[in-house]
Amino acid sequence: MLQINTRTTLLQPEADTQPIAVSAEVSPSSWPNLHAADTHVVSATSHNIRRLTVLRLLRNPSVAAGGALLSLIIIAAALAPFLYPGDPLSMVARPLLWPGQNAAFPFGTDSLGRDVAAGLFHGARVSLLIGVVATSIGVSVGILVGATAGYRGGWIDDVLVRVIELFQTVPSFILLVVLVAIAQPSILTVTWAIGLVTWPTIARLVRAEFRVLREKDFVMAARSLGFGHGRIVIREILPNALPAIIVTASVMVATAILMEAALSFLGLGDPNVVSWGSMIGSGRELIRTAWYLTALPGVVIVLTVLALNLIGDGLTDVLNPRTGVER
Amino acid sequence: MTLLSVSDLTTTYTSGRSAVHAVDGVSLEIARGETIGLVGESGCGKSTLGKTILRLVEPSGGRILFDGEDLTALSEAALRSRRKRLQMVFQDPFASLNPRQTIGEILSAPLAVHGVKSRAERQRRVDDILARVGLPPDSARRYPHEFSGGQRQRIGIARALILEPDLIICDEPVSALDLSVQAQILNLLAELKQSLNLSLLFISHDLSVVRYLSDRVLVMYLGRIVESGSHTQIWHRPLHPYTKALIDAVPDPTRRRYAAPLPGDLPDPRSVGGGCRFAPRCPIATEICRTQDPALRAAAAGHHVACHHAEPALVS
Repeated sequence: MLQINTRTTLLQPEADTQPIAVSAEVSPSSWPNLHAADTHVVSATSHNIRRLTVLRLLRNPSVAAGGALLSLIIIAAALAPFLYPGDPLSMVARPLLWPGQNAAFPFGTDSLGRDVAAGLFHGARVSLLIGVVATSIGVSVGILVGATAGYRGGWIDDVLVRVIELFQTVPSFILLVVLVAIAQPSILTVTWAIGLVTWPTIARLVRAEFRVLREKDFVMAARSLGFGHGRIVIREILPNALPAIIVTASVMVATAILMEAALSFLGLGDPNVVSWGSMIGSGRELIRTAWYLTALPGVVIVLTVLALNLIGDGLTDVLNPRTGVER
Repeated sequence: MTLLSVSDLTTTYTSGRSAVHAVDGVSLEIARGETIGLVGESGCGKSTLGKTILRLVEPSGGRILFDGEDLTALSEAALRSRRKRLQMVFQDPFASLNPRQTIGEILSAPLAVHGVKSRAERQRRVDDILARVGLPPDSARRYPHEFSGGQRQRIGIARALILEPDLIICDEPVSALDLSVQAQILNLLAELKQSLNLSLLFISHDLSVVRYLSDRVLVMYLGRIVESGSHTQIWHRPLHPYTKALIDAVPDPTRRRYAAPLPGDLPDPRSVGGGCRFAPRCPIATEICRTQDPALRAAAAGHHVACHHAEPALVS
């Protein structure tokens, strides 16, 4: 109460005259309130929000561990053509060499005499490629659908939500198998199929984010400034939805890699390339006698998925607004 | 010279089957260079009125004539090009700035959208406006979270000013700020208004704030204007019992008595009966108030009131 009184007196030089008499042509610099305490105090150290986020990411133990692990796998994928220049599917040695039996084949050979190490290195290329590209497709489609639904609302939203639900009610792996079976299995079709079964996750998320964000004052401000819808969606809303999308996308890469492995295990992968899933599939019959044929690619898949999930967890900690980190 | 003329404006929010008339037949005029204060308690529809005038919320009836052109009749694309002349300052300076853009981006984007092609020109105008609202020049490179509430509201004002509008609607621009900062922002608005010949529609629930800035005052209750008049008329000869109650509620150190509080809250706007909307809380309500809705009528030159019992006050 006391404070309000102070202000009331402070604000009223003279009751009922024109509020304040400002002489004509006041230059901003001569105006005393421009030197009010509030105007010039800006935090001394300018901390760039992006650099700060990157720093916080690197300091996060999950991201650091996951990132290190993933880097190893990426390096392996990059080195594959140099370490194992030949076709990893060609027979190079006596079948069923155990790991360590022959120094030239550190991880042994499979029942047809193919080098397991070459398969693992080349398989990394396929897995990462499909994981990343399929996720990009899923994320793009998901953002497009989710943003349209969340931003436009109304009957468009209703229709798109029904479509999303349609995709989500069908078990995604069954749908994936059907899609790949219809289109001949190849890296291209498998990638597209995985992208097409994973987009609803992103679409739901983006729709929810857009529904919240479009009501924010800064979006209202953008409208009042005469911005077009495209600009509002891309420049104003999407950047604020991005942290949630990135977190989900990192886990989606892992899911896509698992899906590809499962497809290949069932023999529905691209027959012309080696993949971790197909290695497990072909080693399956020998699991009693040569268990390393299934265990080694299995371990690699586990490590890759673990790395991506660790990164996803870390990203959630750092980027997710609900943990209370200022954005 | 009338810049903005709103007649019989109605805004309806529908949720499910029920409809709320948040703004119910409001008419007002703002002249060039004039400041109109719009007061009323929370939930009375004053923010909605401001947003409806800018068509940020679509009106369900009435006309908005801005500089002779009916804004309600414009297509979305046509409206977009007119928007540079009507701007808004928002209540919450924390929510109204995009946290992912630098101040420079926030301030130069409107220029880019409205056809300022040259980057150097945009940069110059951003620097100008920052100086004008009293922010250091290096603010342009910083993000909103690096600023205090008062500074952010200065940025909000700068954003509203950068397109050189004729009318700014200030939606409770100081209610989220500390008291000392409020005074600075109000002084800034007063100075800008004078030097740029702006028209302001100043929305607030705080009479002392409105009193400081406004030439004329509109008092709003439950979607309607219940009294309008000049600064002096409203302040010294309030006619409507609601206005009187609002003025009595302003703390005054010279006054020894307590202000008699208005009984009750705003009624649910969905269940407005046939009579005067203020009748359930009105100290002088009679039978006629409960059955007949009073229309806004002239009580003196430029002074309008919607009350059946306004006359006695006029005589005395």
